[in-house]
Amino acid sequence: MSTTAFDTHGHDQAHGQKPTGLVPWILRWVTTTNHKDIGTLYLLFSLLMLFVGGGMAMLIRAELLQPGLQFLNPVRFNQMTTVHALIMVFGMIMPAFAGFANWMVPLQIGAPDMALPRLNNWSFWLLPFASTLLILTLFLPGGAPAGGWTMYPPLVLQTGDAFPFLIFAVHLLGVSSILAAINIIVTIMNLRAPGMSLLKMPMFTWTWLITAYLLLLAMPVLAGGVTMLLTDRFFGTSFFSAAGGGDPVLFQHIFWFFGHPEVYVIILPAFGIISEVIPTFSRKPLFGYAAMVYATASIAFLSLVVWAHHMFTVGMPLAGQLFFMLTTMIIAVPTGVKVFNWTATLWKGSLSFETPMLFALAFLFLFTLGGFSGLMLAIVPADIQYHDTYFVVAHFHYVLVPGALFGAFAGTYYWLPKWTGHMYDEKLGKLHFWLTVIFVNVTFFPQHFLGLAGMPRRIPDYSPQFADFNFISSLGAFGLGAAQLIFVYVIIKCARGGPKATAQVWEGAHGLEWTVPSPAPHHTFAEPPEIK
Amino acid sequence: MTIIAFSADRARGRAPCLLAGLLGTLACLAGSPAWADYKLNMPEGVTTTSHEIYDLHMLVFWVCTLIALGVYAAMVYAIVKFRKSAGAKPAKFSHNTTAEVIWTVIPAVILVALAIPAAGTLIRMNDTRNAQLTIKVTGYQWRWQYDYIDDGVKFFSVLDRKSNAARQLRSGIDPKTVENYLLEVDKPMVVPVNTKVRLLVTAADVIHSWWVPVFAVKQDAIPGYINEVWFTVREEGTYRGQCVELCGMDHGFMPIVVRVLSRTEYDTWLSSQKAAAQTSQNTGQ
Repeated sequence: MSTTAFDTHGHDQAHGQKPTGLVPWILRWVTTTNHKDIGTLYLLFSLLMLFVGGGMAMLIRAELLQPGLQFLNPVRFNQMTTVHALIMVFGMIMPAFAGFANWMVPLQIGAPDMALPRLNNWSFWLLPFASTLLILTLFLPGGAPAGGWTMYPPLVLQTGDAFPFLIFAVHLLGVSSILAAINIIVTIMNLRAPGMSLLKMPMFTWTWLITAYLLLLAMPVLAGGVTMLLTDRFFGTSFFSAAGGGDPVLFQHIFWFFGHPEVYVIILPAFGIISEVIPTFSRKPLFGYAAMVYATASIAFLSLVVWAHHMFTVGMPLAGQLFFMLTTMIIAVPTGVKVFNWTATLWKGSLSFETPMLFALAFLFLFTLGGFSGLMLAIVPADIQYHDTYFVVAHFHYVLVPGALFGAFAGTYYWLPKWTGHMYDEKLGKLHFWLTVIFVNVTFFPQHFLGLAGMPRRIPDYSPQFADFNFISSLGAFGLGAAQLIFVYVIIKCARGGPKATAQVWEGAHGLEWTVPSPAPHHTFAEPPEIK
Repeated sequence: MTIIAFSADRARGRAPCLLAGLLGTLACLAGSPAWADYKLNMPEGVTTTSHEIYDLHMLVFWVCTLIALGVYAAMVYAIVKFRKSAGAKPAKFSHNTTAEVIWTVIPAVILVALAIPAAGTLIRMNDTRNAQLTIKVTGYQWRWQYDYIDDGVKFFSVLDRKSNAARQLRSGIDPKTVENYLLEVDKPMVVPVNTKVRLLVTAADVIHSWWVPVFAVKQDAIPGYINEVWFTVREEGTYRGQCVELCGMDHGFMPIVVRVLSRTEYDTWLSSQKAAAQTSQNTGQ
């Protein structure tokens, strides 16, 4: 079984001599089945998408800098918010963590490669096409989808020529995620080095195993939902059309049955990275490893039974509202356990503050803040006031930017020396960190106030009473956007050269990935390592 | 910093002062003279429900703040105290069952304590019985229709002309010169004070959502559904809100205005509307 699983024949002949010329170089990257190559492709692609989605965010914030419409007409504005969200969720953050999984899971469990290398190639190469389809809709008659990334009917059915492209792009992105999830599960279940029992796996691998199951559960539901949209539009069905006996709210249930697990698909791998980084720079083992695993699993399970907390204003029965309020609040318990355990890992450690640790600590503070606003949102009567306002925008950006994205930043700085063989520029890394952490708060903290004062989300223009905080938020966003250029520069500089990295890289680092040389050779663990 | 915010914002209670403290940097940016323009907290509102919700909001806010202070204090202490550069040597422990049980059980207890009052409020909010006035609210792209179903009065309510002119792309009109910019309509909904008003909320095309923040009423308007919601306003006045469910191009431009009148003023308004409806019906024939 396992001998055929990591048979990477065909590729091995090409490997060894550097390809010369443009076409062989392109073919090498298009046809690669190597987990490190594919990991790199995922990561670079997500970096590109960070700037595409980020550029849209800059346009949104430019329009919201002051009241009145200056740059975008309302249709374009709605297209920007819709495509920004789709790109950031499906094109940026999910591929980023898939990239980390590709690179690090085989290294962490002592496997020679992913179990299904050709599938791996395909799951990556679907992404650029799917994203291109989505982005090109901006140039279609009627423009890009403008009904929000949540694609609620009947509004989404009013989308112009972009509609089938939207559905097809979501299908492709979904297929890509499902294939990646299958690959990760099969790899972890079959290719662990002898002696590495499940409860000896590093936390990052654990969180990805659980994430992959969540993806398998949630993604097909989304695919089904958008297919029903497609048939409603083109084949005369009425799944979501009240006039034809259907139910528009049904789509919301389907969407959020996918959408809430999706939230954890995004954050759990970040939890995993943070659980690697904090022990390393505290020089102390992760506190409560088993509890961390169980907490992650409980969060994943609970995420499947809370979806309707996104829908408290649709007119649910009282019993439904109470049920979803309680299940949502319960999630705070395992999430709290994680935060307390990270804090306990710091406790009596020996802390140093390299860039990965700085991002991890900022994650600890700011993700927790997003968790608190999440608890506030769980209280149904209060949610009636917060729902669909900037308070929600602030909440989910706190868990997605200083949450998930900071997790990805921490992971990048943490493993960059392993990938490139060079240390990154610590001074620039710290500059990137401080600018990012300041501007992220200047951007998103005032949005809590805007929401509480009554500013709805997804509006291109607003009453002047909201002008001051919007102005601050926009300035913060421009700073946040600009600061990411430093990140790109640090990565390029590190890839090109710099002080040689040792195999262990960090003084406090433990685990199989730190036993292979830096940069990690093209093929690692051809012979399974021994686990003590 | 906190003190500045407090003195300028005394009327709105003590909550903003803490929020302001959290936001020290922004408070510096703002400076004290302009601080009064920065609304930090949810309005308490003018209905019984809105007061209940405000209290719940403040309760959960303070609970979160207290927990946050504890957790953040522990994090900051660890970061300061256990620095390698200060000579900290790492301990070896990797779990502590007692601590883990405590920080699993205590949050669970706090959550139950929060859920109980929340459930009470929720049950009261769902009780739409014994309404004294029923208005059907229909969302259209992009206007609201109010139908006083027992009185035969029915009209549309759209963004007023001045706001509409100023909100066009590069209109050249400064929104700050338009009174109630984007929050003014040609014909507001009118209801009597101290009356339990029941809204039947629905939509004709796509999903909208009817929200007046000071009433704490937010109800999605969904085609094919009739959602019930109620409010009793305690103070006369004019109250404003907006559509809060993305409903297409002009989602940001379908405000809600509700005028709350005394019972006699309301009756006068209603009879004038009835007369007008009668006239238009006659001329229509």
